[in-house]
Amino acid sequence: MAGSGSAHLRGDAAVLSVENLEVEYHTAGGSFKAVAGVSFDLLPGETLGIVGESGCGKSTTGRAVLRLDPIANGHVRFRDETIETASHQRMRELRRDMQMIFQDPVSSLNPRRLVKDIITEGLAIGGQGAKERAAVVPELLEQVGLPPERFAEMSPRQLSGGQAQRVAIGRALAVRPGLLICDEPVSALDVSVQAQILNLLEDLKSKYDLTIVFIAHDLGVVRSFSDKVLVMYLGKTCEFGDSVEVYERPAHPYTRGLLDSVPSPEVEGGFVGPALQGDLPSPLNPPSGCRFRARCPMSQDKCAVDEPAMREVRPGQYAACHFPLV
Amino acid sequence: MTAGAIPRELGVENAERMAVATPQVSLPRKRLSILVVFSYVWIALIVLLAVVAPILPIAAYDQSVGAPRQAPKFGELNTLLGTDQVGRSLLSRVIYGAQVSLVVGAVAGLSGAALGTVLGLLAGYFRKGTDWVITLIADVLLSFPVLVLLLAITAIFSPSIPVLVVGLAIAGTPTFMRLARANTMAWTSREFVRAARNMGASSTRILIREILPNVVPSLAAYMPLVIAALIVAEGSLSFLGLGVPPPTPSWGGLISSGAVDLRTAPYMVFVPATVLFLTVFALNQGGEHLRHRFDRNLQD
Amino acid sequence: MSDRALLEVTDLHAYIGSPRGVVKAVDGVSFTLQHGEALGVVGESGSGKSVMARAVMGLMPARSGRTGQVLFQGRELLTMKPKELQEVWGKQIAMVFQDPGRSLSPVVRVERQLTEGMRRHLGISRTEANSRALDLLREVGVPDPERRLRAYPHELSGGMRQRVMIAVALACEPDLLIADEPTTALDVTIQRQVLDLLRRVQTQRRMSLVLISHDLHVVAGRTDRTAVMYAGRIAEIGSSRTVFQDPHHRYTHALLSATPTIHHERHAPLNVIPGSLPSPTHPPAGCRFAPRCAAASQECTQAQPPMLQFSDDLDAACIHPVNTKEGELVGR
Repeated sequence: MAGSGSAHLRGDAAVLSVENLEVEYHTAGGSFKAVAGVSFDLLPGETLGIVGESGCGKSTTGRAVLRLDPIANGHVRFRDETIETASHQRMRELRRDMQMIFQDPVSSLNPRRLVKDIITEGLAIGGQGAKERAAVVPELLEQVGLPPERFAEMSPRQLSGGQAQRVAIGRALAVRPGLLICDEPVSALDVSVQAQILNLLEDLKSKYDLTIVFIAHDLGVVRSFSDKVLVMYLGKTCEFGDSVEVYERPAHPYTRGLLDSVPSPEVEGGFVGPALQGDLPSPLNPPSGCRFRARCPMSQDKCAVDEPAMREVRPGQYAACHFPLV
Repeated sequence: MTAGAIPRELGVENAERMAVATPQVSLPRKRLSILVVFSYVWIALIVLLAVVAPILPIAAYDQSVGAPRQAPKFGELNTLLGTDQVGRSLLSRVIYGAQVSLVVGAVAGLSGAALGTVLGLLAGYFRKGTDWVITLIADVLLSFPVLVLLLAITAIFSPSIPVLVVGLAIAGTPTFMRLARANTMAWTSREFVRAARNMGASSTRILIREILPNVVPSLAAYMPLVIAALIVAEGSLSFLGLGVPPPTPSWGGLISSGAVDLRTAPYMVFVPATVLFLTVFALNQGGEHLRHRFDRNLQD
Repeated sequence: MSDRALLEVTDLHAYIGSPRGVVKAVDGVSFTLQHGEALGVVGESGSGKSVMARAVMGLMPARSGRTGQVLFQGRELLTMKPKELQEVWGKQIAMVFQDPGRSLSPVVRVERQLTEGMRRHLGISRTEANSRALDLLREVGVPDPERRLRAYPHELSGGMRQRVMIAVALACEPDLLIADEPTTALDVTIQRQVLDLLRRVQTQRRMSLVLISHDLHVVAGRTDRTAVMYAGRIAEIGSSRTVFQDPHHRYTHALLSATPTIHHERHAPLNVIPGSLPSPTHPPAGCRFAPRCAAASQECTQAQPPMLQFSDDLDAACIHPVNTKEGELVGR
């Protein structure tokens, strides 16, 4: 996984363009690059799913785009703005156009405020008066499927996880963002509630013409929601392409292994392919060359030396692998 | 695959099910212990007496009501708790002393809390240099024995109530600062803070609207504990003659002036000492109770 | 004992007192587990699946109560004395929890965590326990087991810790292993390895396994039978293949169609289960799924639906089952 490389970028038409993004973390054990040269872009109205296991840097990538984590290297362009060099003041304005939904719906709402205040928070920050805000509360709540008369005066403690996530979505959309970054928006929810939230996001996406980065570890959820998918491993990109193509015909051995690790009740033994061997390597001390090589069934000598770059393996499908499955 | 199957009841099991008893479970009840109830009643009583002291049918605290050194005796209100060396009513002096001790404790506690909270918020939110400087100040203050610090302050400025309040406030600040800092750091890592930042909220707004309301309850729960400590500190200073200047009574001052006659008229020490002890004890009990109730920090 | 089930649970209730009222965590659960059988238990949060396992084991919190019958190898566990119960724990029934970081003591080396139980329950020498510990680590696929024996749990990765946990559980050769969300904290490729491992040791040792998970897909492919729980009760129980491919209970059916799979059509709306999980202290009368069920009738809300046998390998507590013709219900 090498891959750095930006062969898969699609140029100026993109709303968001991320090139060779690097984010460094400093821990007691030393510094390491949680994101080590990641590139992707999104066309208007597109949904990009970012999948990968823990430590692959997918959430860090999402936060770095909003500069909630500091960008160590690389370029992030949103519309015509350069994010990594924008001033603090400009960044505060820009962030309103790029909203984020978090994994833990309970932690993402301030327990000391009421739902009606939380959902209009962005408007208050934008300088709207109390009266104007009060007027839009019912509409904001209704569009996320919460009856205003019941929920406006509630405190977050009284909400279930799904209801809290609806409030968080309402809060993000109240400022009419162009880009929505969803970081594991349903992974803390029960299955029966997950579907409600995914459908809601899908509805709101078409209603507001949203461009969405959808970060998740659940491959099924990503498949149902994304147009394009980016597979990450240990801070690097592995594969990028149309989500159907990538799922049906993965070119990178890691993507293949990941898909084969999804439990499938239809087959005897529960899995369709062989398991990936070994553990996730420590990001503090990643393998040389291709970072996936230690677990890769097809790894050869070259993989330890040369870091593969993203290259087109099929029209529109890119993989960072010396020996792609084609 | 079950297309042809006809559902049938598992009759026996269901009949049994109806008959089986369900478990009896007792609910955890929140019971106030007698001590906690007593503590709240005592605090309320002391505060009430201090507030209504001027309209109580008791003598002024600096007025002689009879013979000096009278032992406590029932019958007349003013001599209920006895009289001091110059015949002033101990009851009156203890009640007026409550005004001073409580006001000094509470005002100093609140000021210390306010200052400590602001510093703690800044340190916990901005971290880095700000944190380093503020934590250093707090550590320096904490490494000074409180009494020595207060002695130094009252030695420089002549003892008066404002000087005492300022000194005690400074003594109470580091505790609140540390609490506020730790709480702020915990709350800052919550995602609603990140969400607010992502809405374009300024640091001031985040600190005041998002973090402060969550930090205050757990700090408030510590308030009685700190006030109790400050009342004791004020008592110690007054005992050393560096507290509230006479004739204004304070509990520490009463104990101090009674100590001369401890052998012959022990009640002169015991009466204010008992009141001081009970009040501090009650504040600690109440504080512990509040802390259990409200200082849940990140659990909710 | 040969034709008797290993574990027979009959009408188990487990209630827990909380400040908000009595949580009816398990409210009338019956099932049997045969020797060598793998049973999956699936449910969302609040379904009672974890409490059910703990109620069987006798690991209940203070202010809780259990009624019913739990026969393990013919012995009643519910009324067993703590001392006898300790003999059963570890030696005959072992448990693996979700968070391996918390169930291993952080200050004790892997070696002692592995050998302690063996020495106590099996009364073997230290050297023998050590050599067995090495074998166990090899069996659960821990690479470089000699070195890992000397390690502290925090020096191991999450997947490795869970393997060690499984080794600890297997140490005294239990007849039953209860695995409560053993892979929920793990990444998908590591989850895969651990699930494969569980299945392998279960078949090799002819041990019985209860595999508890919130994910039907995790359970269905690698258990013989599956029980689907909802709000403290078993909604449906049967052979895993049937439960998954031909569910009859409305809840199972809805849950399956609400779960996006890697084959789900892009942007197609997911089937939704409306509403949210019922109150654990005041569950609805009758069928607990009725308030969220599209097919619910008045009858459903009046009385708890009985467990109906739909075929040799499927029972479901639903009077409006899916995948059957309406007419068949009349014969009931």
